[in-house]
Amino acid sequence: MYPSRFEYLAPTSVEEVIAALGEREGAKVMAGGQSLIPVLKLRVASVDTVVDVNRVAGLDILEEADGELRIGALVRHAEAERSPLLQKRYGLLGATARLVADPLVRNRGTICGSLAHSDPQGDWGSAMLAARGSVVARGPNGERTIPVDELSLGPFMTTLQPDELITEVRVPDPGPRTGGAYLKLERKVGDFATAAVAVQVTLDNGNVGEVGIGLTGVGPTNLRASAAEDALRGSEPTDEAIAAAARLAAESAEPQSDNRGTADYKRNVVRVYCERGLRTAISAARAGEE
Amino acid sequence: MTQLESPATTTSLHTVEVSVNGQARSAEVEARMLLAHFLRQTLGLTGTHIGCDTTSCGACAVLVDGTPVKSCTMLAVQAHGAEITTVEGLAEGGRLHPIQQAFHEQHGLQCGFCTPGMMLTSVAFLKENPSPTDEEIRWALSGQLCRCTGYQNIVNAVQAAATTMREA
Repeated sequence: MYPSRFEYLAPTSVEEVIAALGEREGAKVMAGGQSLIPVLKLRVASVDTVVDVNRVAGLDILEEADGELRIGALVRHAEAERSPLLQKRYGLLGATARLVADPLVRNRGTICGSLAHSDPQGDWGSAMLAARGSVVARGPNGERTIPVDELSLGPFMTTLQPDELITEVRVPDPGPRTGGAYLKLERKVGDFATAAVAVQVTLDNGNVGEVGIGLTGVGPTNLRASAAEDALRGSEPTDEAIAAAARLAAESAEPQSDNRGTADYKRNVVRVYCERGLRTAISAARAGEE
Repeated sequence: MTQLESPATTTSLHTVEVSVNGQARSAEVEARMLLAHFLRQTLGLTGTHIGCDTTSCGACAVLVDGTPVKSCTMLAVQAHGAEITTVEGLAEGGRLHPIQQAFHEQHGLQCGFCTPGMMLTSVAFLKENPSPTDEEIRWALSGQLCRCTGYQNIVNAVQAAATTMREA
């Protein structure tokens, strides 16, 4: 299969990328291309111009600075998977990286590209909701920061302008007593999730200080399970409290029946995975650095 | 992104200069040409197989600068300047690469369609992890499908190759 014809630009600076996006209607950014190339080949979508950002310098940053983890637009899933930074307090992100697609796709695909693609089946959207990440979008008028909660409008639709590029995603340091987990049910490695749950918990004197819960594949976008978060925040993480929060997360899911399972089944997967995820995250937080 | 066919009717060509199995190769290609097609059709290296053509099976895996990728999901122009290894580049001087020898001896293939991708990914993996467990091998190859269901012998072959390569 071939994509239909497109023009191709491979700029070497962010400024050139933004200029190209502004000048050309129907231009689209390509980073890893692991979602864009398949949809172009299947002719589900076509683009007039591909603006390939792989040769842009400075987008491969992966570092912790000023209380934030910064992940540049060219950081591949595989780098995140192997990074010692994405452990412990950022353990949710490391756990997510290991479950994205399959090892070969992880060698090419990028975290920021996944967020920009805004597939409700995408793993990073949920992880970044739970970790309270923000993307940095650069456009002709400078830079703006968009909380991941405000990025997705629906399947494959975002609040990004056509001439904006996500240059990085930033995740606030959640503090030492933090643990995370990403649990995904998939029929085979690399399949889209039947359902998945991202959890991050920060403990405060043994109680739940901050908690983030993101849901994958059970709505028009990745969803934040706000009711479950609110119920847990400030409370003692007892078995009952965890089970109650997991039920609330399941209620906030909006799954649809398809060949991966019925809506009821997916809702129950969310409940079970949320409960397991919370337990894993809490015990990791208890074992966390002082 | 717009639906339906692109209005672009003219075809601009792009120069792709790559090193394939140690040899400098170059060609003028359309931007939409996939790396898998470039290797098979432009360069005539048909050892790279196209299986599902939808980023699911890994039969088309090749090494780009040492990293295994699905060549059906990368544009040829994106490989400009890169070093590519295909299955044709594994044997040296008429001697099979240890991974090829091991697939042969351990019966790591039946129809052979997935084999080039399986071997190339294994070569990159063994460089990173010379003494893997079976579980680690399965994890490393989890993006690749064998429809003869010969997975156990594939794992055995990678283990055998690991042993040979450690002793070499």
